[in-house]
Amino acid sequence: MSREVPILEVKDLTVAYRIGDHWLEAIRDVNLTLHAGQIYGLVGESGSGKTTLAMAILNYLGENGKIRKGSIVFEGEEISSLSKEAMRSYWGRKIALVPQNPLSSLNPTLPVGEQVQEVLRYHLKMPSAVAHQRVLELFERVRLADPERVARSYPHQISGGMQQRVMIAMALATSPRLLLLDEPTTSLDVTTQASILDLIKELIQGQEMAVLYVTHNLGVVVELCHRVAVLYAGELVEDAPLEDLFSQPLHPYTYGLLKSVPKLGQNKREQVLSAIPGRIPALAQRGSGCIFRARCPLAIEACSVRPSLEQVNGQRSTRCHRWQEIAHQEIELSHLFEGEEAFQEPVSIRKQAEASALDAEGIVVEFDTHQSLIESIFSHRKRKIKAVKDVSIHIQPGETLGLVGESGSGKTSLARAISGLNEPEAGSIRIYGLPASPKLSKRNREVLRRLQMVFQNPEEALNPFMTVGESLRRQLFVLQGIRGEEAQRAAEEMVRAVQLPVEVLNRRPNQLSGGEKQRIAIARAFITNPDVIIADEPVSSLDVSVQAAILNLINRLQGTFNNGLLFISHDLAVVGYLADQIAVIYLGALMQLCRAADLFEPPYHPYTEALLSAVPSVELEKKGQTIRLQGDLPSPSEPITGCPFHSRCPRKIGAICEREAPPWRVDERTQKRIYCHYTLEELVQLQAPI
Amino acid sequence: MGFEAELRHSGGSVEGDRPSTLATSSHPVTGWRKASYFLRALLAKPASALGFIIFTLFLLLALFGPLIAPYGVNEQIAADAGQPPSAKHWFGTDNLGRDVFSRVVLGAREILGLAGLGTAIAVFFGTTIGLATGYLGGWFDEILMRIFDGLLAMPLLLLALLLLGTLGPSKNSVLLVIIIVYTPIVSRVVRSAVLSVRQRGFIEAARLRGEHMPYILFREILPSVLPALAVEAALRFSYAIFLVASLGFLGVGVQPPSPDWGLMVREARNNVNQIPWAMYYPAAAIALIVIGVNLLADGIKRVLLESQ
Repeated sequence: MSREVPILEVKDLTVAYRIGDHWLEAIRDVNLTLHAGQIYGLVGESGSGKTTLAMAILNYLGENGKIRKGSIVFEGEEISSLSKEAMRSYWGRKIALVPQNPLSSLNPTLPVGEQVQEVLRYHLKMPSAVAHQRVLELFERVRLADPERVARSYPHQISGGMQQRVMIAMALATSPRLLLLDEPTTSLDVTTQASILDLIKELIQGQEMAVLYVTHNLGVVVELCHRVAVLYAGELVEDAPLEDLFSQPLHPYTYGLLKSVPKLGQNKREQVLSAIPGRIPALAQRGSGCIFRARCPLAIEACSVRPSLEQVNGQRSTRCHRWQEIAHQEIELSHLFEGEEAFQEPVSIRKQAEASALDAEGIVVEFDTHQSLIESIFSHRKRKIKAVKDVSIHIQPGETLGLVGESGSGKTSLARAISGLNEPEAGSIRIYGLPASPKLSKRNREVLRRLQMVFQNPEEALNPFMTVGESLRRQLFVLQGIRGEEAQRAAEEMVRAVQLPVEVLNRRPNQLSGGEKQRIAIARAFITNPDVIIADEPVSSLDVSVQAAILNLINRLQGTFNNGLLFISHDLAVVGYLADQIAVIYLGALMQLCRAADLFEPPYHPYTEALLSAVPSVELEKKGQTIRLQGDLPSPSEPITGCPFHSRCPRKIGAICEREAPPWRVDERTQKRIYCHYTLEELVQLQAPI
Repeated sequence: MGFEAELRHSGGSVEGDRPSTLATSSHPVTGWRKASYFLRALLAKPASALGFIIFTLFLLLALFGPLIAPYGVNEQIAADAGQPPSAKHWFGTDNLGRDVFSRVVLGAREILGLAGLGTAIAVFFGTTIGLATGYLGGWFDEILMRIFDGLLAMPLLLLALLLLGTLGPSKNSVLLVIIIVYTPIVSRVVRSAVLSVRQRGFIEAARLRGEHMPYILFREILPSVLPALAVEAALRFSYAIFLVASLGFLGVGVQPPSPDWGLMVREARNNVNQIPWAMYYPAAAIALIVIGVNLLADGIKRVLLESQ
């Protein structure tokens, strides 16, 4: 396909931003060539400059951004020097963009159909009636059910997945030659992501279009792309066909990145995750040598000189002095980036396992729908949403229960109810045998000490006005009455345990990176040695290389302290890696409960099956069965009878699923529990291993 | 576009197994260094520097007025009544023969003291109420906020006149009016700032270790809303000066023979054709301090935004 004129050719592109009086280079000497019919993946962590690159291609940099060097040639025409006015005939016409957040990209005051029409009217000069018809066709093409209704809807009236479909329809409306997709599925649930990826794949097939797919998710790249460019700190470090890149990376960064992603089915007992040490250098600190040198385990003296982008057998290129040694396997790569701490089976020294760390029975969480003062005075009946319906979980000391579900599944509500941050409507909670009041204010110090939490967003986890030391010592003082020298010693010890230098105790959170903050948040939770730790998506806002390090850390601390851990995540691979037991939750009800090792073997609950099938795998071999969920999560305010999953279940039996609540099917041997009308034997018959 | 985000990330969230970059940077930030940094940033822009200078000038007048003023507040020199500005009387004298310069200088303490004290008390109450309502929510919040809505629905001066009509004009009444009028405004600003931090992890962590409410309100939440509060307090202060002067001018505030600037304008009004300077100088003083404090408030806001 590389014979004809490429659609896009980026040559030696350098983009800089002005900060004060300085120009800082966010992108350096990037080369990219996109041909028709090609889906090009652009992979990088946050701070790598991938969005800047996409914006530079669009010639849509902010006021303080500027192309310093290089050229962008689109269909043989130089566009980097064109004015905004001249670019208007390209934007949306020849080059289209699907952005990360569809809701903020759609105009909230116009129906979505109208917004797509506008593109057609402006660029193709279509009359309104024709444009309207065309919009309906486009909506049908992007698999929007009931296009008429969707076209009339305002953005907030349709789900995130539907919004993204509308954005894709808008981008495709003018049959552009180049489509830029900037993390289009990052804000979506995994099942929605899977169907959007299917759609993109299908729409692009046979089109004379080039696609640049910007993402941080390696699994998505495998699903979709033909060729991948890896961006690190503004430089293209490697560029290769998909298979070559994944089977034999030639740059240490690519290798580290691939190794640090937990794979579906991988477990802590078998393998420690690899993590890349250090962090991406800030814009101002990108020296003259190899950009990856500071974090590279293979760095040698020659690396103080910046390597050039070297062509490898005409197909691929890499920016590493030692690529030949890597290619010829003269360097042993398999131990690179390996964490030193192996998983230790928790030893029950302090606590004999005669009591569970956590018993939560029959938890029900309800929320009032928003009512105004007037409404609440004059209406007798309160409208309530059941976020969690009668869920029971048990965690043994030293054990990790992974709670998986999509957004809106009630996993966070359950966690907050157990922790007492939201008072549950019903249910009993016992922590290491001690009854814990549902009301946080009624829990005494002993109960409080026994349950602590790690929150999702490290940026908000620590008080910005207290030093790290103050935060940790306060925890000790309030929960255990420890102060002075003793508290200081304990804080120092804990900080060392989370692999930070003791000096951080005098730092404030704004002097730490996101991963470092999360380490401190973890230290705060562990410092009083609680029986139960609830970690609510503790790694979801971190980059993959950091994520791996944090998972290793949680693992090691739990091995030392022997706490029960309730680990919440939407990421099946992460949960599968860290957990001993796994609970799958959907619409506030448990669907499946089993040992982590059994999750990946049939029988599965049909929902679990769909989840597993939706996870984009970083393995190159394709999976057997593809299962996609139809429609969206039902509104939680509508009462649901029978099985909560019946409205989207691909294996729905019939009326029985809508009428009757299913029984728990229990496998006596493995203790796998599935909430389904099918028996386990029937499910095994139906399902193929994923 | 996405640049700020990228920049934040590049220093922010990327890090790996053995953080190596940590041990390089600064010492713990002390209060003095912070203050000097703040002041330097403030003085960097001419407008805020001007505001700062004006405010400091008036502050010095308020503190050392009696040392500067050549005559007493109500010292009447009958022979010099109605004199235009001269070397002897820099701002001239009024119809009663009082030195206008001395009265303007001595009036600074009067007005800054009253407005300052009123603002301080209003900020104290407003902050406490705002923190509590924002954090607790529910009925308590709902009821207080509706009462405040009612108070704020009335034009400010009308409300002040109404209150003073009931209380009778005196210094204490003016103080009370400032407090009643500004407490709701401050508490709303604080409340909305609290709402944005209430759900943050560190607040929830504090709840999970069983901290009592005053600790959460004043140690965990207050520092985060302090920037918004500081700007609001500075603005309130400038409006309070304005209010005190207005009430004085209307004759329902501070009573004669106090050297209140508003009152001075009122008294000099009748003779404005013969002795205009007796009105111009106190009026200019009001304008100058209000402008100064406003510029300062803008500057504080700018510096706080920049440092975030």
